[in-house]
Amino acid sequence: MEKPQLIKDGKRLDGRDFDELRPIRITAGVIKNATGSAYLEWGNNKVLAAVYGPKEVFPKHFADPEKAIVKCRYAMAPFSSLEEHGRAGPNRRATEISKVTREVFENVIMLEQFPSTEIDIFIEILQSDGGTRAAGITAASVALANSGIPIRDMPYAVAAGKIGDQLVIDVNKIEDNYSDADVPVAISPNLGRILLLQMDGNLTKDEFSRLLGMVEKAGTKVMAAQRQAIMEMYKQ
Amino acid sequence: MQIKGISKEYMSELLNRKERIDKRGFMDYRNISIKTNVIPHAEGSASVYLGDTYVLAGVKLDVGEPMQDKPDEGTLTTSAELLPMASAEYEEGPPSPEAVEFARVVDRGIRAAELIDMPALFIEENKVWNVYVDIYVLNYDGNLFDAGTLASVAALLSCRMPKLEGKEIIREGALPRLKTKGIVTSCTFAKIGESILLDPSGTEESFMNARFTVANDENYIRAMQKGLSGYFTRQEIERLIDTSFEKSKTLRKIVEEAVKSGD
Repeated sequence: MEKPQLIKDGKRLDGRDFDELRPIRITAGVIKNATGSAYLEWGNNKVLAAVYGPKEVFPKHFADPEKAIVKCRYAMAPFSSLEEHGRAGPNRRATEISKVTREVFENVIMLEQFPSTEIDIFIEILQSDGGTRAAGITAASVALANSGIPIRDMPYAVAAGKIGDQLVIDVNKIEDNYSDADVPVAISPNLGRILLLQMDGNLTKDEFSRLLGMVEKAGTKVMAAQRQAIMEMYKQ
Repeated sequence: MQIKGISKEYMSELLNRKERIDKRGFMDYRNISIKTNVIPHAEGSASVYLGDTYVLAGVKLDVGEPMQDKPDEGTLTTSAELLPMASAEYEEGPPSPEAVEFARVVDRGIRAAELIDMPALFIEENKVWNVYVDIYVLNYDGNLFDAGTLASVAALLSCRMPKLEGKEIIREGALPRLKTKGIVTSCTFAKIGESILLDPSGTEESFMNARFTVANDENYIRAMQKGLSGYFTRQEIERLIDTSFEKSKTLRKIVEEAVKSGD
């Protein structure tokens, strides 16, 4: 398939600069039954995140007498993409993303305060346009804050990448299909801790260092969107 | 060697003295031994001992359909089995999230490095070669990611290219090699407390709170994966990338020699 020209006159196909995020809008408290929830729109991505718990562990023998266990489901709706109907059920990609997302939140939730319980995090990608795991983590962070479950920090995530030789932030689907590197990163901002880092493609060490700098810079805007959702939550 | 009954306190005391249970330096690999063509029925195969971690990778090629988004290329499917015989902790059943992550990280390194010449696997419209890499973990003693990548890459580099005669696939006899380019390897680090160790053993992995893998070739980082609930700082990650470039020189040599001596 012919690779489209993704960069023209120093701008990306959708008119963005290389380090420019798509618009992000987050609303907290959208699923009534959940302990906490958030709806996020990030460009064309539409994501719902919900948190349940702490609750009884199922099955019981998984319970940890010293802390809460976290379960996480990341899933894409079969109608979420511009391409063909998605196959039902968890695939290997979703299994891996669910695992690395769970690990992000295991780091920040104060699990030791809720021994022998379970905290569930559900992330449903209703519409997808690249960077959905970053969008899911960013939304789930707000859902957790909305739940009142104590957390040490509110992680955010950004999908960085490389198009040709150009480093870019917030890769969308068409860019992702033809990108030269794909680097989702989740950061716990208070302590500057990297909680999720995946990459495939090709990057030199120097390019990776510069990309991390771009992620941290973009992160201030993602955090601002998260904060605004929480401020609005208390206004109501 | 899996050492049972080591306490968290003893482990951290040891690491504070900059020592490891098996006396290695923090950035040392265990002994690595690779043998190729260990399963002659498979088109490609390799077994790897990384200390007492023992894995086997087999490669098969079949004729099938291309991926929708890449109609003129072959396909690659990488799977991993944590066999119940490999550890008292492993149980039968569908692949765990750990096994799925393991297979996908190995797959990404091979794919991103463009190790296999995928366009060369095109046969005709809607007909391509499907490459299957199956990683069998036979004995677990930590660091499956690096052992699995070594085994898969060695198996692919020593893989025969079958021939299609009408509807029949000829898998034996004088056959050329699968077309490949370069060598990709990975380096996996475990963080225990504030200490970071290359090539963690099974005992060390039972204490690790974060894991980081870098797959690279001579020039580029090809894949990375941070795992578990612990964290790394930016400085740590950048230092480990440097280490992986340094260590990969030796790893590539070991793979090269194993492929040569298996001919």
